[in-house]
Amino acid sequence: MSESATSPLPRPTSLRETALCDWHAAHGGRMVDFAGWNMPVQYASIVDEHLATRSSVGLFDVSHMGRLSVTGPGALEWLESMLTRKVAGIVPGQFRYTLVTADAPTALVVLDDALVSRDTDASDGTPRLALVVNAGNRERVVAWLRSRLPASGVELVDHTLDTAMIAVQGPSAVDVVAGLCSGGSCMRIRALGNYRGTTASVAGHAAAVSRTGYTGEDGVEVTVAASDAVAVWEAILAAAAPLGGRPCGLGARDTLRLEAGMPLYGHELLSHSDPFALGLGLAVNLEGRTFPGSAALATLKAQKPARVRVGLDLGSRRSAREGNVVLAGAGHTLAGGEVGVVTSGSFAPTIGHAVAMALIEPALAAEGTAVEIAIRDARQPARVVGLPFFRRPAGGGKPPAAG
Amino acid sequence: MLKDVRFAKSHEWISPVAGGVATVGISAYAVEALTDLVFMQLPAVGRKVKAGESIGEIESVKAVSDLYAPVSGEIVEVNTSLPDQLETLGKDPFGAGWIVKIRPDHPAEIDALLDLAAYEALIGSQPH
Repeated sequence: MSESATSPLPRPTSLRETALCDWHAAHGGRMVDFAGWNMPVQYASIVDEHLATRSSVGLFDVSHMGRLSVTGPGALEWLESMLTRKVAGIVPGQFRYTLVTADAPTALVVLDDALVSRDTDASDGTPRLALVVNAGNRERVVAWLRSRLPASGVELVDHTLDTAMIAVQGPSAVDVVAGLCSGGSCMRIRALGNYRGTTASVAGHAAAVSRTGYTGEDGVEVTVAASDAVAVWEAILAAAAPLGGRPCGLGARDTLRLEAGMPLYGHELLSHSDPFALGLGLAVNLEGRTFPGSAALATLKAQKPARVRVGLDLGSRRSAREGNVVLAGAGHTLAGGEVGVVTSGSFAPTIGHAVAMALIEPALAAEGTAVEIAIRDARQPARVVGLPFFRRPAGGGKPPAAG
Repeated sequence: MLKDVRFAKSHEWISPVAGGVATVGISAYAVEALTDLVFMQLPAVGRKVKAGESIGEIESVKAVSDLYAPVSGEIVEVNTSLPDQLETLGKDPFGAGWIVKIRPDHPAEIDALLDLAAYEALIGSQPH
């Protein structure tokens, strides 16, 4: 036996480490190289970690994500001129999902997807904004943004290495974190709408808490100073464990986001992607706005995409994997012809069988369409379904505010 | 019992030949390393295989792994109940979790594989 999809690597050296890296290794985390960071892919079972997050609480170290601050009197106007999403209308404490795009002579370049947010203004009224970007894109996004900074009035600082970020996700996540706070902090966290954030004192440590996440669950993400990370992580875990909560690795984070139908940069979303084909039109606001890539995006918006993102339900225990070719189903006029490609696929623990996301030709994108997926030497039947595969029961967090 | 078993570097075990047939499975270490097994494909009975040839696949949530024939021979029986009860691999990898029975072309090939001490030395040196 040998793994063909991911080969076991020697314990990585010269990888970046989050403030929680030693904790993971000391608690059974199986450490792997993820975008140059030494991160836990799982502690024991990905399925158990996944299901704990759906039923109770999962803790995820997401400190490898890039955390940037953008401050100064010109910060709001400058970011407004740089992102696909409107920034000018963001109120303090609000988060928006955006793309970071660049100009290219002939085509759009998608550098990343990100969350942009606005903190409470400084006491002198200066706006303070923040971006959370993908670990693997952080350096190029920072370089790109710095290259476009005005001569004065805006300061961009990369806080990734001096802070830590803990995602606390699941139906009990808000209760667990709010329960570690007192007075005003507790009330502000409980009152958070989706895609809203606040400052709080969590287990006695200064934190920024936002009702955001990447699992399809209600929950929060807690950002603290790197030096407080272990104390805050252990306090949250101690409060979550009696409820069935547990630390989770990036393996469960990936199966959770797949079930939630969320795109992942490097898989669904690539530098040459058409955001509209991926169903990310809501992340692109072109109304009266000009930003790097806006002209190319306007062209894409007016066109019919060659391939669109869909969900595929395999109904099997055998999984499709990224790169597997999608073929038209037996009854179709194109039967057996290549019509798409899988971008992410796995056994989905909440659903109990394999699902996948794929880019396929619009003619086969209608829900219910039968297709086949070439998986090694097998042809696996699958059916086009709507995304997400999993939607949490009503009564959790509120839907993200439009904007 | 385990002292009579031999191991391939690719983590399959094979029993001594009895009645011309040897039993093949995967080690407890391999099951533990894979975790979250969700799918298994077995070879057809009657298939002639060469040592080192892929005779099936075992899929976890994260990855697909090949199952290799530890010796050359003919597949004479497969554990058909296993794909629907993959947890058996974890509970009893050297017993009820057996995967195939093989009629070796050259039974001496088994002796050339790793004994328990050599296999334990191998996995002890691997990252975990």
